[in-house]
Amino acid sequence: MAAKKDTLINMFVALFVICVVSGGVLGVVYNATKEPIAAAETAKKTEAIKNVLPEFETLKDITVKSAVAGEDAEIPFYLAYDADNNFIGAAVETFTNKGFSGNISLMVGILADGTLKNISVLQHAETPGLGSKMSEPAFKDQFNDKRADSFNFKVKKDGGDVDAITAATISSRAFCDAVNRALLTFENNKGGF
Amino acid sequence: MANWNNLTKGFFKENPVFVLLLGCCPTLATTTSAINGLSMGLATTFVLILSNMCISLLKNFIPNKVHIPCYIVVIASFVTVLQLLMQAYLPSIYETLGLFIPLIVVNCIVLGRAEAFACKNSIGASAIDGISMGLGYSMALTILGSIREILGSGSIFGWKFIGGDAILVFVLAPGAFIAMGYLIAIMNRLLKKSK
Repeated sequence: MAAKKDTLINMFVALFVICVVSGGVLGVVYNATKEPIAAAETAKKTEAIKNVLPEFETLKDITVKSAVAGEDAEIPFYLAYDADNNFIGAAVETFTNKGFSGNISLMVGILADGTLKNISVLQHAETPGLGSKMSEPAFKDQFNDKRADSFNFKVKKDGGDVDAITAATISSRAFCDAVNRALLTFENNKGGF
Repeated sequence: MANWNNLTKGFFKENPVFVLLLGCCPTLATTTSAINGLSMGLATTFVLILSNMCISLLKNFIPNKVHIPCYIVVIASFVTVLQLLMQAYLPSIYETLGLFIPLIVVNCIVLGRAEAFACKNSIGASAIDGISMGLGYSMALTILGSIREILGSGSIFGWKFIGGDAILVFVLAPGAFIAMGYLIAIMNRLLKKSK
Protein backbone atom coordinates (compact mmCIF):
# COMPACT_ATOMS: atom_id res chain seq x y z
CA MET A 1 0.00 0.00 0.00
CA ALA A 2 1.39 3.38 -0.96
CA ALA A 3 1.37 6.47 1.19
CA LYS A 4 -1.84 8.46 1.35
CA LYS A 5 -2.48 11.08 -1.32
CA ASP A 6 -1.32 14.62 -0.62
CA THR A 7 -4.75 16.14 -0.21
CA LEU A 8 -5.16 18.95 2.26
CA ILE A 9 -7.49 16.92 4.44
CA ASN A 10 -5.13 13.92 4.55
CA MET A 11 -2.19 16.10 5.53
CA PHE A 12 -4.25 17.88 8.13
CA VAL A 13 -5.55 14.66 9.67
CA ALA A 14 -2.13 12.97 9.73
CA LEU A 15 -0.35 15.87 11.41
CA PHE A 16 -3.24 16.53 13.77
CA VAL A 17 -3.51 12.93 14.94
CA ILE A 18 0.24 12.58 15.40
CA CYS A 19 0.48 15.82 17.36
CA VAL A 20 -2.47 14.97 19.60
CA VAL A 21 -1.16 11.47 20.34
CA SER A 22 2.37 12.76 21.03
CA GLY A 23 0.98 15.49 23.24
CA GLY A 24 -1.06 12.95 25.19
CA VAL A 25 1.91 10.61 25.64
CA LEU A 26 4.12 13.46 26.81
CA GLY A 27 1.50 14.58 29.29
CA VAL A 28 1.25 11.10 30.78
CA VAL A 29 5.02 10.66 31.02
CA TYR A 30 5.45 14.14 32.47
CA ASN A 31 2.93 13.45 35.21
CA ALA A 32 4.40 10.05 35.95
CA THR A 33 7.95 11.37 36.25
CA LYS A 34 7.18 14.64 38.00
CA GLU A 35 7.46 13.22 41.50
CA PRO A 36 10.58 11.08 40.96
CA ILE A 37 12.30 14.08 39.35
CA ALA A 38 11.44 16.34 42.28
CA ALA A 39 12.49 13.59 44.70
CA ALA A 40 15.80 13.10 42.90
CA GLU A 41 16.50 16.83 43.06
CA THR A 42 15.61 17.09 46.75
CA ALA A 43 17.69 14.01 47.53
CA LYS A 44 20.66 15.55 45.77
CA LYS A 45 20.26 18.81 47.65
CA THR A 46 19.80 17.12 51.03
CA GLU A 47 22.85 14.99 50.33
CA ALA A 48 24.85 18.12 49.54
CA ILE A 49 23.65 19.88 52.71
CA LYS A 50 24.60 16.90 54.89
CA ASN A 51 27.92 16.78 53.14
CA VAL A 52 28.91 20.36 53.87
CA LEU A 53 27.65 20.74 57.46
CA PRO A 54 28.31 18.89 60.71
CA GLU A 55 25.49 16.81 62.25
CA PHE A 56 22.34 18.83 62.80
CA GLU A 57 18.83 18.30 64.09
CA THR A 58 16.57 20.69 62.21
CA LEU A 59 16.87 22.63 59.00
CA LYS A 60 15.20 25.89 58.05
CA ASP A 61 15.07 27.23 54.45
CA ILE A 62 15.22 30.95 53.86
CA THR A 63 16.31 33.09 50.95
CA VAL A 64 18.64 36.01 51.39
CA LYS A 65 19.43 38.78 48.97
CA SER A 66 22.96 38.52 47.61
CA ALA A 67 25.35 40.87 49.44
CA VAL A 68 27.46 41.51 46.35
CA ALA A 69 27.00 45.14 45.32
CA GLY A 70 24.72 45.70 42.37
CA GLU A 71 23.11 42.28 42.47
CA ASP A 72 19.61 41.40 43.45
CA ALA A 73 19.78 37.64 43.17
CA GLU A 74 18.09 35.66 45.95
CA ILE A 75 20.38 33.04 47.48
CA PRO A 76 18.80 30.04 49.27
CA PHE A 77 20.19 29.49 52.79
CA TYR A 78 19.58 26.24 54.69
CA LEU A 79 20.03 27.05 58.35
CA ALA A 80 21.01 24.13 60.56
CA TYR A 81 20.18 23.96 64.30
CA ASP A 82 21.09 21.37 66.92
CA ALA A 83 18.65 19.68 69.31
CA ASP A 84 18.71 22.70 71.70
CA ASN A 85 17.92 25.04 68.83
CA ASN A 86 21.41 26.53 68.75
CA PHE A 87 22.52 27.77 65.35
CA ILE A 88 25.27 25.47 64.00
CA GLY A 89 25.83 26.85 60.55
CA ALA A 90 24.29 27.39 57.17
CA ALA A 91 24.48 25.60 53.84
CA VAL A 92 24.45 28.31 51.21
CA GLU A 93 23.35 27.46 47.70
CA THR A 94 25.56 29.96 45.96
CA PHE A 95 26.27 30.48 42.29
CA THR A 96 28.45 32.33 39.84
CA ASN A 97 27.87 33.31 36.26
CA LYS A 98 31.59 33.78 35.60
CA GLY A 99 32.15 30.12 34.70
CA PHE A 100 34.02 29.20 31.54
CA SER A 101 30.80 27.79 30.14
CA GLY A 102 27.62 28.73 31.90
CA ASN A 103 26.66 29.04 35.53
CA ILE A 104 28.22 27.12 38.37
CA SER A 105 26.17 26.26 41.40
CA LEU A 106 27.79 25.28 44.71
CA MET A 107 26.60 24.29 48.17
CA VAL A 108 28.90 25.96 50.68
CA GLY A 109 28.74 24.99 54.35
CA ILE A 110 29.62 27.83 56.72
CA LEU A 111 29.77 27.37 60.50
CA ALA A 112 28.28 29.87 62.94
CA ASP A 113 31.69 31.53 63.53
CA GLY A 114 32.20 32.10 59.79
CA THR A 115 34.56 29.16 59.16
CA LEU A 116 34.03 27.47 55.82
CA LYS A 117 33.34 23.80 56.56
CA ASN A 118 33.07 22.09 53.19
CA ILE A 119 31.92 22.68 49.61
CA SER A 120 29.87 20.50 47.33
CA VAL A 121 29.52 21.20 43.60
CA LEU A 122 25.86 21.06 42.58
CA GLN A 123 26.06 21.89 38.94
CA HIS A 124 28.59 23.08 36.38
CA ALA A 125 29.28 22.83 32.67
CA GLU A 126 33.03 23.45 32.72
CA THR A 127 35.39 21.75 30.27
CA PRO A 128 35.66 18.05 31.11
CA GLY A 129 39.18 17.22 32.24
CA LEU A 130 40.09 20.85 32.98
CA GLY A 131 37.54 23.00 34.81
CA SER A 132 35.56 19.93 35.81
CA LYS A 133 38.36 19.12 38.27
CA MET A 134 36.76 21.66 40.61
CA SER A 135 34.63 18.80 41.92
CA GLU A 136 37.74 16.87 42.97
CA PRO A 137 39.03 17.01 46.56
CA ALA A 138 42.48 18.14 45.36
CA PHE A 139 41.00 21.51 44.49
CA LYS A 140 37.90 22.05 46.55
CA ASP A 141 39.23 20.72 49.87
CA GLN A 142 41.80 23.51 50.11
CA PHE A 143 38.90 25.77 51.15
CA ASN A 144 37.86 23.56 54.05
CA ASP A 145 38.23 24.92 57.60
CA LYS A 146 39.40 28.29 56.31
CA ARG A 147 38.23 31.68 57.55
CA ALA A 148 38.02 34.91 55.58
CA ASP A 149 40.25 36.76 58.08
CA SER A 150 43.22 34.39 57.70
CA PHE A 151 42.72 33.07 54.19
CA ASN A 152 42.18 35.12 51.05
CA PHE A 153 39.57 33.34 48.95
CA LYS A 154 41.08 34.31 45.62
CA VAL A 155 43.37 32.49 43.22
CA LYS A 156 47.09 33.17 43.65
CA LYS A 157 47.22 35.00 40.31
CA ASP A 158 44.82 37.56 41.79
CA GLY A 159 46.83 37.86 45.00
CA GLY A 160 44.87 35.31 47.03
CA ASP A 161 45.74 32.00 48.69
CA VAL A 162 43.91 29.55 46.42
CA ASP A 163 45.87 27.18 44.17
CA ALA A 164 44.10 27.34 40.81
CA ILE A 165 43.46 24.23 38.72
CA THR A 166 46.16 23.81 36.06
CA ALA A 167 45.00 25.29 32.74
CA ALA A 168 41.64 26.29 34.24
CA THR A 169 42.21 29.66 35.88
CA ILE A 170 38.85 31.00 34.70
CA SER A 171 36.97 28.09 36.28
CA SER A 172 39.00 28.46 39.50
CA ARG A 173 38.28 32.18 39.60
CA ALA A 174 34.58 31.54 39.07
CA PHE A 175 34.62 28.99 41.88
CA CYS A 176 36.19 31.57 44.21
CA ASP A 177 33.63 34.13 43.08
CA ALA A 178 30.80 31.81 44.11
CA VAL A 179 32.47 31.03 47.46
CA ASN A 180 33.02 34.73 48.16
CA ARG A 181 29.40 35.47 47.36
CA ALA A 182 28.32 32.90 49.93
CA LEU A 183 30.75 34.13 52.61
CA LEU A 184 29.89 37.79 52.10
CA THR A 185 26.15 37.19 52.17
CA PHE A 186 26.54 35.02 55.28
CA GLU A 187 28.65 37.65 57.00
CA ASN A 188 26.15 40.45 56.24
CA ASN A 189 23.18 38.50 57.50
CA LYS A 190 24.50 36.34 60.30
CA GLY A 191 22.90 38.48 63.00
CA GLY A 192 19.51 37.23 61.93
CA PHE A 193 20.12 33.48 62.15
CA MET B 1 20.22 -13.89 6.09
CA ALA B 2 18.69 -10.57 5.14
CA ASN B 3 17.98 -9.92 8.80
CA TRP B 4 21.52 -10.87 9.75
CA ASN B 5 22.95 -8.42 7.21
CA ASN B 6 20.48 -5.88 8.43
CA LEU B 7 21.69 -6.40 11.99
CA THR B 8 25.43 -6.29 11.31
CA LYS B 9 25.56 -3.46 8.80
CA GLY B 10 25.45 -0.77 11.51
CA PHE B 11 28.73 -1.95 13.02
CA PHE B 12 30.99 -1.90 9.97
CA LYS B 13 29.64 -1.53 6.47
CA GLU B 14 27.27 1.30 7.25
CA ASN B 15 28.57 2.43 10.62
CA PRO B 16 26.76 5.74 11.18
CA VAL B 17 29.80 7.56 12.55
CA PHE B 18 32.79 6.15 10.68
CA VAL B 19 31.21 5.40 7.30
CA LEU B 20 28.00 7.38 6.91
CA LEU B 21 29.46 10.30 8.90
CA LEU B 22 26.07 11.19 10.35
CA GLY B 23 25.46 12.91 13.65
CA CYS B 24 28.95 14.34 14.07
CA CYS B 25 27.87 17.11 16.47
CA PRO B 26 26.88 14.88 19.41
CA THR B 27 29.63 12.44 18.46
CA LEU B 28 32.38 14.99 18.86
CA ALA B 29 30.82 16.83 21.76
CA THR B 30 29.87 14.00 24.11
CA THR B 31 32.81 11.62 23.73
CA THR B 32 35.02 13.22 26.35
CA SER B 33 35.01 9.98 28.28
CA ALA B 34 34.11 6.37 27.53
CA ILE B 35 31.12 6.35 29.84
CA ASN B 36 29.69 9.55 28.32
CA GLY B 37 30.06 8.11 24.83
CA LEU B 38 28.41 4.86 25.84
CA SER B 39 25.46 6.52 27.56
CA MET B 40 24.91 8.93 24.67
CA GLY B 41 25.03 5.97 22.27
CA LEU B 42 22.49 3.99 24.30
CA ALA B 43 20.19 7.00 24.62
CA THR B 44 20.26 7.44 20.84
CA THR B 45 19.67 3.70 20.37
CA PHE B 46 16.53 3.90 22.50
CA VAL B 47 15.15 6.75 20.40
CA LEU B 48 16.22 5.12 17.12
CA ILE B 49 14.49 1.81 17.80
CA LEU B 50 11.23 3.38 18.95
CA SER B 51 11.09 6.04 16.26
CA ASN B 52 11.94 3.52 13.53
CA MET B 53 9.17 1.21 14.68
CA CYS B 54 6.67 4.00 15.07
CA ILE B 55 7.41 5.51 11.68
CA SER B 56 7.30 2.16 9.96
CA LEU B 57 3.89 1.62 11.54
CA LEU B 58 2.66 5.02 10.37
CA LYS B 59 4.21 4.95 6.90
CA ASN B 60 0.92 4.38 5.07
CA PHE B 61 -0.91 6.95 7.12
CA ILE B 62 1.41 9.89 6.50
CA PRO B 63 1.07 11.75 3.19
CA ASN B 64 4.38 12.47 1.45
CA LYS B 65 4.27 16.23 1.66
CA VAL B 66 4.10 16.32 5.45
CA HIS B 67 6.35 13.38 6.24
CA ILE B 68 9.23 15.46 7.64
CA PRO B 69 7.10 17.37 10.19
CA CYS B 70 5.40 14.12 11.20
CA TYR B 71 8.73 12.33 11.70
CA ILE B 72 10.14 15.23 13.68
CA VAL B 73 7.11 15.28 15.99
CA VAL B 74 7.42 11.53 16.58
CA ILE B 75 11.18 11.71 17.20
CA ALA B 76 10.91 14.78 19.42
CA SER B 77 8.27 13.08 21.55
CA PHE B 78 10.45 10.04 22.13
CA VAL B 79 13.42 12.24 22.99
CA THR B 80 11.38 14.19 25.52
CA VAL B 81 10.09 10.97 27.06
CA LEU B 82 13.68 9.75 27.33
CA GLN B 83 14.78 13.03 28.84
CA LEU B 84 12.08 12.93 31.52
CA LEU B 85 12.81 9.30 32.34
CA MET B 86 16.55 9.93 32.64
CA GLN B 87 15.98 12.98 34.80
CA ALA B 88 13.79 10.92 37.11
CA TYR B 89 15.71 7.67 37.34
CA LEU B 90 19.29 8.35 36.21
CA PRO B 91 19.95 11.88 37.48
CA SER B 92 23.74 11.55 37.47
CA ILE B 93 23.95 10.54 33.81
CA TYR B 94 21.35 13.14 32.96
CA GLU B 95 23.61 15.76 34.46
CA THR B 96 26.52 15.03 32.15
CA LEU B 97 24.44 14.44 29.03
CA GLY B 98 21.57 16.81 29.83
CA LEU B 99 22.48 19.38 27.23
CA PHE B 100 22.87 16.84 24.45
CA ILE B 101 19.75 14.77 24.99
CA PRO B 102 17.44 17.33 23.32
CA LEU B 103 19.94 17.42 20.45
CA ILE B 104 19.10 13.80 19.61
CA VAL B 105 16.03 15.28 17.89
CA VAL B 106 18.17 16.88 15.26
CA ASN B 107 20.66 14.03 15.09
CA CYS B 108 20.80 13.17 11.40
CA ILE B 109 21.00 9.46 12.19
CA VAL B 110 17.50 9.27 13.61
CA LEU B 111 15.81 11.24 10.84
CA GLY B 112 18.12 9.65 8.28
CA ARG B 113 17.11 6.11 9.23
CA ALA B 114 13.44 7.08 9.31
CA GLU B 115 13.75 8.52 5.82
CA ALA B 116 16.03 5.90 4.30
CA PHE B 117 14.77 2.73 5.94
CA ALA B 118 11.77 2.80 8.24
CA CYS B 119 9.38 4.41 5.77
CA LYS B 120 10.00 1.61 3.25
CA ASN B 121 10.26 -1.48 5.43
CA SER B 122 8.26 -3.58 7.87
CA ILE B 123 8.18 -2.92 11.62
CA GLY B 124 10.41 -5.90 12.40
CA ALA B 125 13.06 -4.92 9.86
CA SER B 126 12.91 -1.31 11.05
CA ALA B 127 13.38 -2.36 14.66
CA ILE B 128 16.42 -4.44 13.65
CA ASP B 129 17.73 -1.49 11.66
CA GLY B 130 17.30 0.70 14.75
CA ILE B 131 19.15 -1.79 16.95
CA SER B 132 21.93 -2.21 14.44
CA MET B 133 22.43 1.50 13.78
CA GLY B 134 22.02 2.39 17.44
CA LEU B 135 24.52 -0.17 18.68
CA GLY B 136 26.91 0.69 15.85
CA TYR B 137 26.66 4.30 16.95
CA SER B 138 27.19 3.36 20.60
CA MET B 139 30.20 1.26 19.65
CA ALA B 140 31.73 4.13 17.69
CA LEU B 141 31.08 6.60 20.50
CA THR B 142 32.51 4.26 23.12
CA ILE B 143 35.68 3.67 21.08
CA LEU B 144 36.12 7.39 20.44
CA GLY B 145 35.34 8.17 24.09
CA SER B 146 37.80 5.55 25.35
CA ILE B 147 40.61 6.81 23.12
CA ARG B 148 40.02 10.39 24.20
CA GLU B 149 39.77 9.41 27.85
CA ILE B 150 42.93 7.27 27.76
CA LEU B 151 44.99 9.90 25.96
CA GLY B 152 43.39 12.96 27.50
CA SER B 153 42.84 12.05 31.16
CA GLY B 154 44.88 8.87 31.55
CA SER B 155 41.89 6.88 32.70
CA ILE B 156 39.33 4.46 31.29
CA PHE B 157 35.67 4.30 32.36
CA GLY B 158 36.64 6.57 35.24
CA TRP B 159 39.46 4.29 36.44
CA LYS B 160 42.67 6.29 36.51
CA PHE B 161 45.86 4.43 35.59
CA ILE B 162 48.34 7.30 35.42
CA GLY B 163 48.67 10.14 37.89
CA GLY B 164 48.68 13.78 36.92
CA ASP B 165 47.70 15.25 33.61
CA ALA B 166 47.78 13.49 30.26
CA ILE B 167 47.54 14.99 26.76
CA LEU B 168 44.84 17.53 27.53
CA VAL B 169 44.13 18.39 23.91
CA PHE B 170 42.33 15.08 23.47
CA VAL B 171 39.67 16.10 25.96
CA LEU B 172 39.06 19.34 24.07
CA ALA B 173 37.39 19.82 20.71
CA PRO B 174 40.52 19.60 18.51
CA GLY B 175 41.36 16.22 20.04
CA ALA B 176 37.92 14.97 19.07
CA PHE B 177 38.55 15.82 15.44
CA ILE B 178 42.06 14.34 15.47
CA ALA B 179 40.93 11.08 17.08
CA MET B 180 37.92 10.78 14.79
CA GLY B 181 40.05 11.43 11.70
CA TYR B 182 42.40 8.60 12.57
CA LEU B 183 39.52 6.26 13.39
CA ILE B 184 37.87 6.96 10.02
CA ALA B 185 41.17 6.30 8.27
CA ILE B 186 41.57 2.96 10.08
CA MET B 187 37.97 2.04 9.28
CA ASN B 188 38.44 2.84 5.59
CA ARG B 189 41.56 0.71 5.50
CA LEU B 190 39.78 -2.24 7.10
CA LEU B 191 36.78 -1.95 4.81
CA LYS B 192 38.98 -1.76 1.70
CA LYS B 193 40.83 -4.89 2.73
CA SER B 194 37.66 -6.86 3.28
CA LYS B 195 36.30 -6.00 -0.15
